[in-house]
Amino acid sequence: MNHSAVSPGLWTLAWRRLRADRVAMAALAVVGLFLLSVLLSASGLVAADWEDEVAVNYAPPTFLGPDPALAALAQPVQPAPPNAFDPLAADIAALQAGLAAQGRAAPAPKAATLPFGADKWGHDIVSKTIKGGQTSIVVGLVAALVAVALGTLFGALSGFYGGRVDDLFTWFYSIFTSIPSILMILTVAAVLQTKGVLTIVLILGLTGWTGPYRLIRAEYIKHKAREYVMAADAIGASSWRKMFGHIFPNVSHVALVQVSILVVGFIKAEVILSFLGFGVPVGTVSWGSMLNEAQNELILGKWWQLAAAAGAMAVLVTAFSLFADALRDALDPKVK
Amino acid sequence: MRGRVHAPFDNPMLAYILRRLWQMLPTMAGVVVLVFLLFNWVGGDPSYLLAGKMADARAIENIRLQLGLDQPWYVQLGIFVRQILTFDFGNAWATGEPVSHIIASRLGPSLTVLVPLTILETAIGIALALAIAFVRGSLTDRLVMVACTVGMSVSILVYIIVFQYGLAYKLGLFPVQGWGEHFGENLLRYATLPILIGLTVSLAPTLRLFRSFVLDEASQDYVRTARAKGLSERRIVWVHVLRNAAIPIITYVMSNLPALLIGAFLLERFFGIPGIGREVILAVERSDFPVIKAITVYVAAATMVFNLLADLLYQAVDPRVQLS
Repeated sequence: MNHSAVSPGLWTLAWRRLRADRVAMAALAVVGLFLLSVLLSASGLVAADWEDEVAVNYAPPTFLGPDPALAALAQPVQPAPPNAFDPLAADIAALQAGLAAQGRAAPAPKAATLPFGADKWGHDIVSKTIKGGQTSIVVGLVAALVAVALGTLFGALSGFYGGRVDDLFTWFYSIFTSIPSILMILTVAAVLQTKGVLTIVLILGLTGWTGPYRLIRAEYIKHKAREYVMAADAIGASSWRKMFGHIFPNVSHVALVQVSILVVGFIKAEVILSFLGFGVPVGTVSWGSMLNEAQNELILGKWWQLAAAAGAMAVLVTAFSLFADALRDALDPKVK
Repeated sequence: MRGRVHAPFDNPMLAYILRRLWQMLPTMAGVVVLVFLLFNWVGGDPSYLLAGKMADARAIENIRLQLGLDQPWYVQLGIFVRQILTFDFGNAWATGEPVSHIIASRLGPSLTVLVPLTILETAIGIALALAIAFVRGSLTDRLVMVACTVGMSVSILVYIIVFQYGLAYKLGLFPVQGWGEHFGENLLRYATLPILIGLTVSLAPTLRLFRSFVLDEASQDYVRTARAKGLSERRIVWVHVLRNAAIPIITYVMSNLPALLIGAFLLERFFGIPGIGREVILAVERSDFPVIKAITVYVAAATMVFNLLADLLYQAVDPRVQLS
């Protein structure tokens, strides 16, 4: 009957504050677009063909016009005049007849320009940037989730039980924080020696839990003495249930803000790792591996791959940082 | 109480330092065990790596014997601890150069870049943060903060690639890369562009952080009092606020110094500076475990010592801080 008696919860209030913040909503829209492109490219709807060599090598962006030095390459390759001494001529003719029989046409002529140019092999930069973004964003997101999950678990145990358990985890924390994170990441990379998306996720996730741990532990110390936890204790809730059934929903906003902050840091870290060659394996494209190629291309004056990867990353990271700041303000209005 | 009887404990400063050093031991032991586990348990057997592609069983057995890998784990841990304490990690696997010599000779070039960079970054960061705090909440303040967020979102790789290409390769204002024999030549010729890039990259996050430190102080009672007694805004900010904001700034700068030693690895790699960071990258590329182990352990120790130094500096800056 009396609807006004229902007071809005933390999340409703936070969403209202966020909605009122125009910068935050714009940033959220940009982040949403990037996530959509990740979904589309992961499901194969977009950029699945990024490895097709659709243009001439280093085809410039359309708005620059075709590169006259490369124009000759755009013509389909003329078959060499028949050579009576060619020992393979009969074999090749047979192979080509076989291909034609399977319905494979001769390769399409290569484009002289593409909307945002092509790389060394004639891959479309736009598709490549979307595909690279998929790798970088997925690594950043999953690694951040792993790090925050670990930090939350350790922080909950540490803050809730206190005593010896707390001493143990605090000791762990002091060990991990006394080694600079980039050194820790490189050390683990040196030891694991296997390249792969899963490896980077593990490296970043296993070394990045200290920040969330410190905050979540402080929250649990604060919350465990509150009345609702005592009430849960009185009705016989187990420690596990008190920790994750009762307290966690009240501190989950801290975890969420940590995820959004770590995603930004981890995307940057993945780019650097892949650039150095300790990240994604050969054959997988990420923004870091694109920057690695672009470094050499720039000396030849082919700036478009660098601009595409750097620009896409800068836009995403700016939007994500602005959104993370707004999210923190919206969920924790006391801190301002 | 009984501790007071001993002469060294009469000096509270010395007692504090000794106790802090004592408290570092468990953490340091943890670092040593962590590094040991990473390399001996997760890392697998390095003798296959060392023996090369055409290894036979005897060569591998011989290497295992030399590295002590045939010993039980506690003997191996003992070997590792002795290596740390005697600064003797043997020779690097890839080059055969003694690890202690690698660290000693790479420290100079790293510091040639890092010391000027840290001094400039801190000085410019403080000056800009105080200037921005003057006009807090204004359009200038907001624009500068947005510019910082955008500046921070561009990868450091892009700054290095573009600056090196533009300023060094195209315009020829700086050498593209290289390192000389003399300190003056290195500092003024080869280190200038890396320092400039380091400043560009680090100024945005530093300014954001220092601004928040300054603004935390700006709402304190003593600021109101200073204003009430008619001090100029300039004097309030540059004398009263700065003195108090110095504490978090000192923590940040001091605790960041050892991390910077590694953090400058991209600058060192791009510009061919033979520093510690570049050595770490090379060691990771070559799986040169002794070098990585040594650098990790010593950088961790340096981090702890610098945190202690930061706490000691506090007291020098702020007599209210009690060392306890």
